[in-house]
Amino acid sequence: MTALDTELQIDRSKLKVSDEVAVQITKMNKWFGTFHVLRDIDLTVYRGERIVIAGPSGSGKSTLIRCINRLEEHQSGKIEVDGTVLSSDLKNIDKVRSEVGMCFQHFNLFPHLTILENCTLAPIWVRKTPKKEAEETAMHFLEKVRIPEQADKYPGQLSGGQQQRVAIARSLCMRPRIMLFDEPTSALDPEMIKEVLDTMIELAQEGMTMLCVTHEMGFARQVANRVIFMDQGQIVEQNEPEEFFNNPKSDRTKLFLSQILGH
Amino acid sequence: MADMHSEADLAFVRETMLAQKEPPIAEQGALKWLRENLFSSWLNAILTVLSLLLVYWVLAHTLPWLLRGVWDAGSLAECREIRDARYGDGVDAACFAVITDRWQQLLFGFYPRELYWRPILALLCFFAAIAPVLFARVPRQMLGFTVAAPFLIFLLLWGGTIWGPLTVALGFVIGWACIAFLTKPLGRLVATIAAVLLPIIFWLFLAGPLARELGNILPIGLEPVGSKDFGGFMLSFVIGVAGIILSLPLGILLALGRQSDLFLINKVSVGFIELIRGVPLIVWLFTASLLLNYFLPPGTNFDIMLRVIIMVTLFSAAYIAEVVRGGLAALPKGQYEAADALGLDYWQSMRLIILPQALKIAIPGIVSTFIGLFKDTTLVVFIGLLDPIGLSNSIRATTDWNGIYWELFLFIGIMFWIFCFSMSRYSMYLERKLTREHR
Repeated sequence: MTALDTELQIDRSKLKVSDEVAVQITKMNKWFGTFHVLRDIDLTVYRGERIVIAGPSGSGKSTLIRCINRLEEHQSGKIEVDGTVLSSDLKNIDKVRSEVGMCFQHFNLFPHLTILENCTLAPIWVRKTPKKEAEETAMHFLEKVRIPEQADKYPGQLSGGQQQRVAIARSLCMRPRIMLFDEPTSALDPEMIKEVLDTMIELAQEGMTMLCVTHEMGFARQVANRVIFMDQGQIVEQNEPEEFFNNPKSDRTKLFLSQILGH
Repeated sequence: MADMHSEADLAFVRETMLAQKEPPIAEQGALKWLRENLFSSWLNAILTVLSLLLVYWVLAHTLPWLLRGVWDAGSLAECREIRDARYGDGVDAACFAVITDRWQQLLFGFYPRELYWRPILALLCFFAAIAPVLFARVPRQMLGFTVAAPFLIFLLLWGGTIWGPLTVALGFVIGWACIAFLTKPLGRLVATIAAVLLPIIFWLFLAGPLARELGNILPIGLEPVGSKDFGGFMLSFVIGVAGIILSLPLGILLALGRQSDLFLINKVSVGFIELIRGVPLIVWLFTASLLLNYFLPPGTNFDIMLRVIIMVTLFSAAYIAEVVRGGLAALPKGQYEAADALGLDYWQSMRLIILPQALKIAIPGIVSTFIGLFKDTTLVVFIGLLDPIGLSNSIRATTDWNGIYWELFLFIGIMFWIFCFSMSRYSMYLERKLTREHR
């Protein structure tokens, strides 16, 4: 476990989960060629939930959240996001994508655009927001992630942590109702992990529905309301973080926890 | 601090940071440059001296010939008389008089002499039109002129009534109107199909008669000049520039087509690229000049230059497509995913995210292809068009200049080099500018 655990400032009383369904996945299966990556996934995410998905590499956790905004296509079962069923209908896909924000391990900022342009691009072209208004929104979120002074720089001039915070701001500019995080801190220097996690905590406190694939168990313990453990394309165990870490039920979970928390 | 190094105590704390110092004398200035770049070892010193000797030897043989050049004579024989009188019998001396005598022909072919102002004005229009595209500092309002320029240049070069170019332009307006007014009521697919089909129908069946009628009512225009009178650098320039400008968008579309998941579009693109690229340009040019006549209905007057431009465009588009595909493949997958995740549709993500980056990577390859295309325009000599090489043959065929080679080729070479070198410099400028912006 990292030393960060004690430093993360969070007021758990602010975290609320409603009983409104945000994402509903039923009997979802996915194959890469003949390889069965995701097997019979059933998952219901309620609005305001902070879910951490953990598991060994190759367990399908990234693929699972990438199916939610259809960066990956599932082959059977049903995924319903905010009441929209994901199928090959392009209109539905674009609708879901503009409602669901995503942060990637390698940030994937657009290197040929300034930070501000990165943030205003999608609002202007997808939401048809007037440029001025989009820029105001962008500055608002850049202030929120505490880097408004970098607005006119290019991504290549920023540190990894700053880039990831810009990536979060870029997603927020689309005013998403759900945020997906695909290992947001895995490519960062240890010194920069905290600034990104702090930003994510702020989001959580504002009631954002979040699904995070991460190895930051400190974050999982303190911020998540549910931890999901996956192995071999299946959900092996899910529970509240307290129970999950202190009293894991399955042997596979115990082994995993002992390996990542053991040293 | 000296006693800090005692074996007993390995702990070390620096109390003052060291200030920067100047490097040693031998490490700066011209001396260092000479030593590092020319005489860094014995082998390199020998190679340096040998290279200097080689440069001297080449210059010693060519410079006198160039500097003694005779610029003012009416024929090769006269040239030789002047040379003999000036430098003595049989001395090496260039006879540039052929260029002072025939430069108009080398530049304009058999374009009527009193109309030379038209191609010159067309060239100026071309520069004015291309400036806002090439340089961001030029005011954006000039892009309006850029749109109108092709029609104006066409009118200036070929002449005829103004209604020809105007009806062609009208076709584009019809296409634009389809997109602008049909997208809302009928959907994007129908509007796009209409925007492609309606102008083509208009051009094929209506544009000709309409232009003729309007020409009869209001005969405004310039004296027509046929493609057979085009020649020299004007010909190379028109074919080369038209090919370059048309092949870039076509090549980009082919590259996207080759990456497409849609089976039919993918296979058509691959087939087109492989077919065009696998056959020599000269074969396509012969196809343009000879075979097309068999396929077209008898009596169709399909301008030879237009045919050549189409072939050259298709040929270079196939190469551009592969170069652009290289740029597309070099982009990390994350860029596509980030664009998708933000909800951009295919054309938006291509135009705003993928192509700006892919084209930047592909700039050197694209410009190489353009330079190649421009030089390949000299191949049209084989289908009877008088490009500079063709003209040099016909100049040599006259009794006055029979037997002159080097001077003509030198002139033609320099003209081509100026054009190709400017393209190369521009591409380097663009790359530098984009790198600076993106870092």
